[in-house]
Amino acid sequence: MRPWRSIAAWWTNFRASPREVRKERCIGGALMLTALSAISGLALITAFIFKEGVPIITKVGLGDFILSSNWYPLEGEFGILPMIAGSIAVTLGAMVIGVVFGLACAVLLTQFVRPGIVAIMKPSIELLAGIPSVVYGFIGVVILVPFIRDYLGGPGLSVLAASVVLGVMVLPTVTSISIDALQAVPRSFREGSIALGATEWQTTHGVVLKAARSGIVAAVILGMGRAVGETMAVIMVAGNTIDIPHSLLDPVRTLTSNIALEMGYSAGDHRKALFATGVVLFVIIMILNTIALTVSRRRAGKAQSR
Amino acid sequence: MLKWLVAVIILVAAIVGLSVGLGGGKGAAVSVVGSTSIQPFAEMLAQEFEKSHPGQYVEVQGGGSTAGIQAAANDIAEIGMCSRALKVEECGLFTPVVIAQDGLAVVVHPSNKVDGVSLEQVRKIFAGDLVNWRQVGGEDRPIRLITREEGSGTREAFTKLVMHKARISRKALTQESNGAVKELVKHDPCAVGYMSLGLVQGELKSLAVDGVPPTTAAVTSGQYPLVRPFLFVTTGPPSERAQAFIDYVLSPEAQALLEKEGLVRAK
Repeated sequence: MRPWRSIAAWWTNFRASPREVRKERCIGGALMLTALSAISGLALITAFIFKEGVPIITKVGLGDFILSSNWYPLEGEFGILPMIAGSIAVTLGAMVIGVVFGLACAVLLTQFVRPGIVAIMKPSIELLAGIPSVVYGFIGVVILVPFIRDYLGGPGLSVLAASVVLGVMVLPTVTSISIDALQAVPRSFREGSIALGATEWQTTHGVVLKAARSGIVAAVILGMGRAVGETMAVIMVAGNTIDIPHSLLDPVRTLTSNIALEMGYSAGDHRKALFATGVVLFVIIMILNTIALTVSRRRAGKAQSR
Repeated sequence: MLKWLVAVIILVAAIVGLSVGLGGGKGAAVSVVGSTSIQPFAEMLAQEFEKSHPGQYVEVQGGGSTAGIQAAANDIAEIGMCSRALKVEECGLFTPVVIAQDGLAVVVHPSNKVDGVSLEQVRKIFAGDLVNWRQVGGEDRPIRLITREEGSGTREAFTKLVMHKARISRKALTQESNGAVKELVKHDPCAVGYMSLGLVQGELKSLAVDGVPPTTAAVTSGQYPLVRPFLFVTTGPPSERAQAFIDYVLSPEAQALLEKEGLVRAK
């Protein structure tokens, strides 16, 4: 009874309101509908992944699924520990490279150069995001992998190769969000520090970077999300071995490459196990995004209380 | 504002309507889906078929043996391509046609000093029990395994013919196509992989197995131990146009083409 009555009330109210208001309501409703359809798409995908993936996790047992390193899907053994380890190794490697270069770049562009140079350099770094990942993978295979094989040893396809390629790929994310965070630091902080006699570098690392810390953390975590989720380039340069890597030169398989490699062939439980791999990936990325959101929201809260 | 909204809605409706309309229009092609090992050969045959049978079209897609079988089972494709023998549970559901025999070549870098190995040694190499080329009469270099992904027809055929109960070492690098295996072996002096004999084409060295070099003649005579069938599978009797393509593939003319490309005639 309740919903019906409220709909009826809404309708009388709607008819009673003037023409202009009715028109605006219609437009608002239409926009709401488009927004909802985007969200319901997301909801459907989530529901589907979980519906396909969760039964096999309960069948195998969560502990066995996540902590066993035996992945023999055709014989009914589904352990994804090597892939989890692979994803973590490759992501950490990528973050070391991406954060060092990305942050350095952001500091340089916001603190030490003329705005004219920023206007050229910032868009060109952001352009890196527009290069398709296959191209990164291809460059990795053709140039980086033989280089590693010839000069550092091992098969070349390795954690190191994947980290470098991913590191370059997360650069634009890390750099541009860090730049935003650094630019959001009020000028007065910087001016005050310089006025107190601090050098430019002391000001940068002692004041500006500290003030922008939460924004930078958000940049790093969003970059991490990108690195965890990248697939194509990783398949091409990581070697895809189902083994926990012991050195930077060992090949690895990540969660995403596991799905992409075997999806075309899989059937039955094997396919469900790949969806379950997707569930694990989904949870990891949700956690990362939540952390990024909370951190950046906390920053917004601080800014308001200032 | 309202005008814009209406325009957008009409545009969306038009796109949806158009794609539905066009989607129904290309029903004339026979769809052939499956094994990436057979795909290049099927594409070549499809081209020749379209030349000699004007007005008939064949659409070839990859995806893998299992995907091909599933596509045939779900009527997504008229013909599924499968590069391994059917499994027991699949036998009742499909009608397989052997279109050719393919040798599985064990391939190494051209500079590798090893010329031949026994089947037992191949198994031990891929199981990870033999780890240095010295152990099979080569130079003192580590052996680097390259395998295909779980579910690949080539991998399944290799497992069945070579590994039996043993598992392929998990230290093996996994590549997702014959081409990727070839690319890796071509540039890595330590590597060993396996792939369709028809696709080796002289850039790699194929090892003799049990003293028999993998040649078309040795595959035909049955001396070379690693041979698998290339199958076209259909559910029930194929449609008329699918049958026309299958007949063409089995014709002496098409079989000669396959032989020229390095496969072995269907018996």
